[in-house]
Amino acid sequence: MRLSKSRVIAAKDFKTYRKKRNVIYSLAVIPFLVAILITAVILYAGRRSTSRLAPAELTLLLPAFLFFYVILAAYLATPIASYTIVGEKVEKSLEPLLATPTTDGEILLGKGLAAFLPPLAALWAGSALFMVLMDLATRSKLGYYFFPNWDSALVILLLLPVALLMSVEANVVVSSRVTDVRAGQQLGSLTVIPLAALYGAGELNLIDLGDTTNLLAIVAALAVVDVVLFFLARATFRREEILTKWR
Amino acid sequence: MIEANDLTKRFGGLTAVDSVSFSVGAGEVFGFLGPNGAGKTTTVRMLSCLISKTSGDAKIGGYDIGDESNHLKIRKLIGLVPDNVGLYDELSAYENLDFYGKLYDCAPAKRKENIERFLTMLGLWEKRDAAAGTFSKGMKQKLAIARALVHEPELLFMDEPTANLDPESAKTVRDFILELKKEKKTIFLNTHNLDEAQRICDRIGILNTKLVATGTPQELERALSGGGGARQTVVLLQEPPTDAMLAALGPLSSSVKQEGNRLTIDLKDPERENSLVVDALVKAGGHIQSVTIASASLEDVYLKLVREGGGG
Repeated sequence: MRLSKSRVIAAKDFKTYRKKRNVIYSLAVIPFLVAILITAVILYAGRRSTSRLAPAELTLLLPAFLFFYVILAAYLATPIASYTIVGEKVEKSLEPLLATPTTDGEILLGKGLAAFLPPLAALWAGSALFMVLMDLATRSKLGYYFFPNWDSALVILLLLPVALLMSVEANVVVSSRVTDVRAGQQLGSLTVIPLAALYGAGELNLIDLGDTTNLLAIVAALAVVDVVLFFLARATFRREEILTKWR
Repeated sequence: MIEANDLTKRFGGLTAVDSVSFSVGAGEVFGFLGPNGAGKTTTVRMLSCLISKTSGDAKIGGYDIGDESNHLKIRKLIGLVPDNVGLYDELSAYENLDFYGKLYDCAPAKRKENIERFLTMLGLWEKRDAAAGTFSKGMKQKLAIARALVHEPELLFMDEPTANLDPESAKTVRDFILELKKEKKTIFLNTHNLDEAQRICDRIGILNTKLVATGTPQELERALSGGGGARQTVVLLQEPPTDAMLAALGPLSSSVKQEGNRLTIDLKDPERENSLVVDALVKAGGHIQSVTIASASLEDVYLKLVREGGGG
């Protein structure tokens, strides 16, 4: 597999996405809006006499809120990743692309990179803003800056990328099997479920998401899922079926 | 450049292409002529290694299309203009070509040179920075042709390149294909436009799931006209023929159709027999304005063969 080919495909997709407003808006607005909204909730809750947040509660809430960015990874990847194959098919640009001397793996990797890197950049920027705003909002109550810490670094630098990759790959698999963009987006958005379930399990104390070992185990499990999904994407990408059965 | 032997493609119970055999030499323009659903696009897709064959074999530039390890080599040799242009509407004309040039490993300097060359040849250079989505249908088709040529392929597949174009755009595209023909490009042209096939192609294959005939346009016309069947001579007289004139034609008179001053006579070998007809008519007092051999057109050949061939 030649990475240069994948880079060319990814660069083309970047250029295409830059001109799609829904993609730009979802990437440029949502991660930052979430940071601002959660900060507003913390500040509001902190000022209400009936529900003052104790420092101990804050130290539980802040990592939980940060986990929203992992869930957001699935959501943000969907509009781009679900478009990858089926979008090209709908716009009839897939046949000339498949006629080029590129392998299935090169095409899928290129499309995966294009769907992975912009949401990752947006999520990292959004989560950075979130941590700065949270530190500013909670410094007086906690007496120290809560972020950054090792667990937050683990969540943002490891868990978030593997979760995003899982979502991108699942969306690419879906995209190469469905025949219209909307169906791709609807099915692709289901990737949010396992991540939301993980968050729910944390809230229900079924798993301690503040525990470094647990986080590392989740990262390792998702990394395995990522590898499996890449091979599944290659196995389910059938040029002939895409060209002859899709209308 | 192309060698196909008994090439067959079935989709479930449907046979799309049935035991097709033909060859296309380097520098030749070969036309695949057939109605919708005849298997033209399926054949091009098999030869471009986009879909697999069911049976038979084919070689492109000496590489067997049945061997998957050859697919990338074959794709590098060919350029494809599909029936749908499939451009990236958000990208400019230049960016579209640059993207494909990179995928075909065209060196940067050569890529730049080719993009300028083909966009200029097709009258699109001034529009190189405009988004492809803003182009007219004709301009998009020209851009799709430039895209297929940007890596200077040895073989160009064109799948109905003038379908759905207005007459002016279609003429521009046809003229460009004729330019490529002058440059000795090997072109495989799918079309259902008889006139286009006749004007552009060195040889034509008439496909209707099966390949029902192959030859130059002239050979195909001769095959229908002289292939054991009768041909017709049209004699235009200055006055309606008399009974004496018709009687003078002897045994031929039974095949004569008369319509005013015009006589249409079925002849097996008009080049030899016309002088006998003229002699007989003149001797019987006829004044002849003109004598013409009515030969079958490619359209006649096409319609006859497609109807005989059945399928669809």
